Amino acid sequence: MKNIIDQIKVVEGSLNSAVPEGRIQDVWDNHRFNMKLVNPANKRKFNVIVVGSGLAGGAAAATMGELGYNVQCFFYQDSARRAHSVAAQGGINAAKNYQNDGDSIFRLFYDTVKGGDYRSREANVYRLAQVSNNIIDQCVAQGVPFAREYGGALDNRSFGGAQVSRTFYARGQTGQQLLLGAYQALSRQAAAGSVKLYPRTEMLDLIVINGQARGIVTRNMVTGEIKSYLADAVVLATGGYGNLYYLSTNAMGCNVTASWRAYKRGAFFANPCYVQIHPTCIPPAGEHQSKLTLMSESLRNDGRIWVPRNPNDTRKANDIPEAERYYYLEEKYPSFGNLVPRDVASRNAKTVVDEGHGVGELKNGVYLDFAESIGRLGAHIIKERYGNLFDMYTSITGEDPYKVPMRIYPAIHYTMGGTWVDYNLQTTIPGLFSIGEANFSDHGANRLGASALMQGLADGYFVIPYTMGNYLAQAKSEKVDTNHPAVREAEAGVNERMKKLLSINGKRSVSSFHRELGRVIWDNVGMARTDAGLRTALKRIPEIRAEFWENVRVPGSADDLNQSLEMAGRVVDFLEFGEVMALDALHRAESCGGHFREESQTEEGEALRDDENFAYTAAWEYAGEGKMPILNKEPLTFEYVKLTQRSYK
Amino acid sequence: MKLTLRVWRQKNSNTQGQLEDHQLDDVSPDSSFLEMIDDLNEKLTNEGKEPIAFDHDCREGICGMCSLVVNGVAHGQDRELIKAVTICQLHMRNFHGGETIVLEPWRAKGFPILKDLIVDRGAFDRIIQAGGFISVGTGSAPDANASPIPKKNADIAMDAAACIGCGACVAACPNASAMLFTSAKMGNLNHLPQGQTERYQRVVNMVTQMDKEGFGACTNMGECEAVCPKEINLDFIAQMNKDLITAALKGIGPTV
Repeated sequence: MKNIIDQIKVVEGSLNSAVPEGRIQDVWDNHRFNMKLVNPANKRKFNVIVVGSGLAGGAAAATMGELGYNVQCFFYQDSARRAHSVAAQGGINAAKNYQNDGDSIFRLFYDTVKGGDYRSREANVYRLAQVSNNIIDQCVAQGVPFAREYGGALDNRSFGGAQVSRTFYARGQTGQQLLLGAYQALSRQAAAGSVKLYPRTEMLDLIVINGQARGIVTRNMVTGEIKSYLADAVVLATGGYGNLYYLSTNAMGCNVTASWRAYKRGAFFANPCYVQIHPTCIPPAGEHQSKLTLMSESLRNDGRIWVPRNPNDTRKANDIPEAERYYYLEEKYPSFGNLVPRDVASRNAKTVVDEGHGVGELKNGVYLDFAESIGRLGAHIIKERYGNLFDMYTSITGEDPYKVPMRIYPAIHYTMGGTWVDYNLQTTIPGLFSIGEANFSDHGANRLGASALMQGLADGYFVIPYTMGNYLAQAKSEKVDTNHPAVREAEAGVNERMKKLLSINGKRSVSSFHRELGRVIWDNVGMARTDAGLRTALKRIPEIRAEFWENVRVPGSADDLNQSLEMAGRVVDFLEFGEVMALDALHRAESCGGHFREESQTEEGEALRDDENFAYTAAWEYAGEGKMPILNKEPLTFEYVKLTQRSYK
Repeated sequence: MKLTLRVWRQKNSNTQGQLEDHQLDDVSPDSSFLEMIDDLNEKLTNEGKEPIAFDHDCREGICGMCSLVVNGVAHGQDRELIKAVTICQLHMRNFHGGETIVLEPWRAKGFPILKDLIVDRGAFDRIIQAGGFISVGTGSAPDANASPIPKKNADIAMDAAACIGCGACVAACPNASAMLFTSAKMGNLNHLPQGQTERYQRVVNMVTQMDKEGFGACTNMGECEAVCPKEINLDFIAQMNKDLITAALKGIGPTV
């Protein structure tokens, strides 16, 4: 265990990012010209599978359907409109510069690379900034009701500490509205017959034939039928893996299964240790807690964060006099105060709670207090700004934030790591693409606010439709049917796993294991990580996994609607994935973005990068059951952005 | 607190269902309604019984997946206690110890039951597919600020677009009408200049599909608006009916 890091086999030079040569401003335009096209008459002969119907998957399936490909779109929800993109509140960035405040494509690019703490690929990020403007045009044309000014022009706001107002929004429901735009485009193609939708259908394995991704094995979640679908290419748009932590802001069904199955078939998994923790969520109320609810970050604009200075203070918030309150962010970061970036706010909350200052019955939160703003601006202004959030808080906690401070605590919110992809968004398996949160590509070690929606739609509407054509025009794949041995093998594996899960008949429920795993991950691979903690996680995870396979109880049968079985399949994959994530976090001895290693910090307690040793993407390669994964390094070079150390003092 | 849950159990769409009683002895008032069902399911699993199947996903009131009729009310909300929520956001402190809570699925011809509390809402997707979109391909959009939209119109469009497609409106309606859902999508698109080109064909097609799916007609009961977790207004139904008449006068027939 001691020299686990020395046991990792490292391979350099194995990854080809396929970024074309040239000035970053020209690369995408040149590439679009150089890519091969599929003859319009031939497009309908190509089948493309899209897994996931969120912003990335929905947009990709709709657009490829419009182009004339035969698209099949699979998702586990009962309707494509329910993918978890729907829950994004804040907004979507674009470099429109409508506010004339000095924004530009280059500035959005620069901010995104910097915000990602210099761990992303410059060319991908530049392209993201370029197409951001097309996204807004597209969404408006689809009928997305963005917020507007009285003159009728689109309104923008500044978000997450950005110096320019580049965020477009639709009340607090931007994700929902953008998803409905994509869903409607998808519905139009479904009506036209170019896209076939498969609701309540879960991908359980990837089919690889002659080195190419050729299809998926699925389970119909209503009938239990295991069925394979074949195609010329497969696109994973299956979101992030935040539910590894059990408690997160993800939807209950979000999972890593599709990406993990692809990993075990040869798709490298990049930077799993990069996860984003959102500072303003409602703290858990007890053991029964099943998920956490995010309260928009905008609350920090008017709320003051504090805890009692005395850890043993049992008085109610309003009875604690001003002098005995510890406004820890304002004290430590006089210039940014309560508006420090997400990771800094989160870590400081953890520190004060760990020191015993936590508030609430379980002492697991910090106060976010609006009394001062209400006194200064009046309750009506606060209601105007945050009324819906306050209502939501009241319905969940039973407390009135107009009268007593809110209690907040950080929670897992987004995962920057994901399936490794090249510039074309293709994974290390030819014909397998990964888009949106499922891939690792654009956010580096930390994602800026309002950039997740931008990336999902950029990949889906404006990148994959081009790069898919380029692949299909050259792929030369043989004709296969479902009798192919590779299909049979994959199906047999899925059936066997299902059978095994149902036959263990042990004493513990699936969710009890998920909860236990989540606790280990949260404690050791959460906001602040240490060498010792990560080694503990690496020891504990296999133990939990072993007990799972001996003692889990999955009621019901495989040929029926069986939610316990669905959950069991996902937890199985989390139990394996968590180990690679902990290994990634252990090997990356630097701090960067959302990955904070306590051993690597500045004197002021800021994340301290080690560019000399860690300026690379860590792409993990499956080496076989029970074997340690192989570390493939993609070096990161920065020609256009200057590397600096962050400071918010 | 102690609760009795009277839950609808049904194996699949081809079998008959029945209500089944379960006791819970230690429900935390801070847990959400769905967490309370999680607890019951954990208990059933440990007793070797099959847990209750119910739809849920985001658990923050926006995905529209959860769909329970609680004590006869879709999403179980009592407007005096709590404002416009989905059942996933309702917390147990709104109930009293010793209560018997009756749990049923959405009941409507257009929403066949799949298992226990889960129904098939594919009809809603097909209504949208009939015309709930603006026909604009990726890449063909003009600049986003090319056509100014009065703030008031954008706000009304957003009020309508807030619909989460949960189907509570159908479940609450004595006629199982889907008019609030259908008209909300039109209220979104028809208040924007982009939506004008297809406006009348859209209303004809969506209403035709709505009828085909077996949903009933609207008789202005207002039950839908009363349970809508997003407070979608009945006015949108009136606007839809107005457009439908205009379309008839224009001689526009269905193309679906």
